Amino acid sequence: MPVTPNIAGIDSPDTLQKALLDAQYLADDALATSAYLSLALGKPLLVEGAPGVGKTEAAKALGGVLGRNVIRLQCFEGIDAAAALYEWNYPRQMLAIRQANDEYLNLYGEDFLLERPLLAALRNPAGSLLLIDEIDRADHEFEAFLLEFLSDFTISIPETGTMRATQAPVVVLTSNRTRDLHEALRRRCVYHWIDYPDAALEAKIVMMRASTVAHATAQAVVASVGHLRAEPLAKPPGVAETVEWAEAATLLNGQGARWPEAFKRSIGVALKDHDDLSYVQDRLSVILPGEAA
Amino acid sequence: MMLPRALDPFAAFAQALRGAGFAVSPDQTIDFVAGVGVLGPQGMTDIYRAGRALFAIPPERVTEYEAIFHAIFLDQVIQAPADGDEEDDLEAYEPTSQDQQIEAPEDESEIGAEPTGAERLSQRRLSMRNAEAVRRLLKDAPRALPRRMSYRRRGAKRGDRIDMRRTLREAAKREGDVTALLQTKRKMRQRKVLILLDVSGSMKERSEEMMQLAHGVMQSADHAEIFTLGTRLTRITQALKPADHTQALARAAQAIADFDGGTRIGDALAAFLSVPRYAGFARGAAVVVVSDGLERGDPSIMIDAVRRISRSAWRLDWLTPLAADPEYVPITEGLSAILPVLDHLGDGNSAAMVTDHILNMARRI
Repeated sequence: MPVTPNIAGIDSPDTLQKALLDAQYLADDALATSAYLSLALGKPLLVEGAPGVGKTEAAKALGGVLGRNVIRLQCFEGIDAAAALYEWNYPRQMLAIRQANDEYLNLYGEDFLLERPLLAALRNPAGSLLLIDEIDRADHEFEAFLLEFLSDFTISIPETGTMRATQAPVVVLTSNRTRDLHEALRRRCVYHWIDYPDAALEAKIVMMRASTVAHATAQAVVASVGHLRAEPLAKPPGVAETVEWAEAATLLNGQGARWPEAFKRSIGVALKDHDDLSYVQDRLSVILPGEAA
Repeated sequence: MMLPRALDPFAAFAQALRGAGFAVSPDQTIDFVAGVGVLGPQGMTDIYRAGRALFAIPPERVTEYEAIFHAIFLDQVIQAPADGDEEDDLEAYEPTSQDQQIEAPEDESEIGAEPTGAERLSQRRLSMRNAEAVRRLLKDAPRALPRRMSYRRRGAKRGDRIDMRRTLREAAKREGDVTALLQTKRKMRQRKVLILLDVSGSMKERSEEMMQLAHGVMQSADHAEIFTLGTRLTRITQALKPADHTQALARAAQAIADFDGGTRIGDALAAFLSVPRYAGFARGAAVVVVSDGLERGDPSIMIDAVRRISRSAWRLDWLTPLAADPEYVPITEGLSAILPVLDHLGDGNSAAMVTDHILNMARRI
């Protein structure tokens, strides 16, 4: 297996981390190492973590850093070749048959082929990053199919033949871990588990993402989100929720709401489950950020 | 080919991980060595991170991984903590080793020190009555378990969508004349079955037969998840996977540390819901709880948890041995409060009754 230690100027986890920072994504050392290894060894990167910790963002940032076009395949139950690989343009084929009369017609030519994400990535492996999002939502059939695709990057189209990538494309898979992925799939990938960021890192993320939020507000929001995540909630707030909550509270505050009140009124941005809300209702005064900026 | 001397610890590390039940393939070992090479390595952290990434260590097994890493690369012999320890706060426990040895582990972990229920379960044979119930389950379940529409489609005489691909291919053979519009319809697939078994002291007499039954469900259903409830929550799906029931039950018994213990159903169910991966198992599933519902803790936790499960499940049935008495009316605070959200409160007195219920779930709507 070819090892390429330098991809588009990225020659160590540190340089990758810096480049990701320039692309507005704060990656910790472990993520930078895993992502770098996946690039250097030419293996797909499998990122698992709770919803909202920034898995998809990481893939997009990586695409930006490498100067590649991100091709996203959102998985769902029952996803099949027609949605993931290719599809024939049937109406066009039908019209062509009607118009061809006695002339020779290649019904399965380029003109009639509709590209779907996997095929698109395969045809332009050097210029694209394939993001296979939420693979845990797909069913086992698709996972098995993907296994084949990821091991040799070929696609066989019964009507025309086999297509092979000229080089291994950069692939990132994400999973919310709503079910266990097959061991064989994990084995093919470089694995990284993204955890919720620690308070200092999360405050930095808030400051980076939300332009209007004051530093003290960011810290206060991060602290109370930390408390919320410690509660047994059905849907603990993710990083995106933290950012939105800080922004929402800042907005309300700007319109005259006082501080704890602004957080309280905008809590719907952070907690999106009625049970969770009623569960923490009594202790809101303790959990909510106190005085902030 | 002889490996260079310097690579010995790396190979030994892969061996040690395999010994601890991590599924490590030779490919991964090669990648690991290559990965460490690419990184420099500039320190132990690089080796540590390369290992975590390339051996695909799941987050709940990181402590084990760290212990092995320390033992091999830093020559420190640290006893790997029993997996359950750090998760005890959650009271959710998942035995992670895929090919666990059936012998008791050498270290005196929590699991090894609790032999009574475990021994009983692994040593007793199937009673005749039970064997009959399990046989019925294995035979009938594939057809009788509830089904739902899949998002996958197949060709059908009378479908609800035109199969463009086949229609066009037929038309191409006839110079573009469409003689029939071929159709597809959605396939059917089995619903997930989620079984939550109470293994506390009050269910003592039945826990063995219920475990045998759970094994039967595991073997016959397409997607089943089995958990036990006691003082904590234990996922025994993996343990029950082997087809051989003696082996499977021995593995399950080893995993369950709280056999015949106290009852904290509420806490165990809350633990179930607080792990998103577990909570996801209940979504759209046929959920069967086998428990007497005699909660020693605060019933409100149990009530909340059951309500939440009932909202994401396709149906939620509660089978209690107490209902064997025809005069039975649930009077405990917990059970009477959850009665409105249950689809069915039934008899869970014996494996045969539970089998009946499982085989008839699809019809009881």
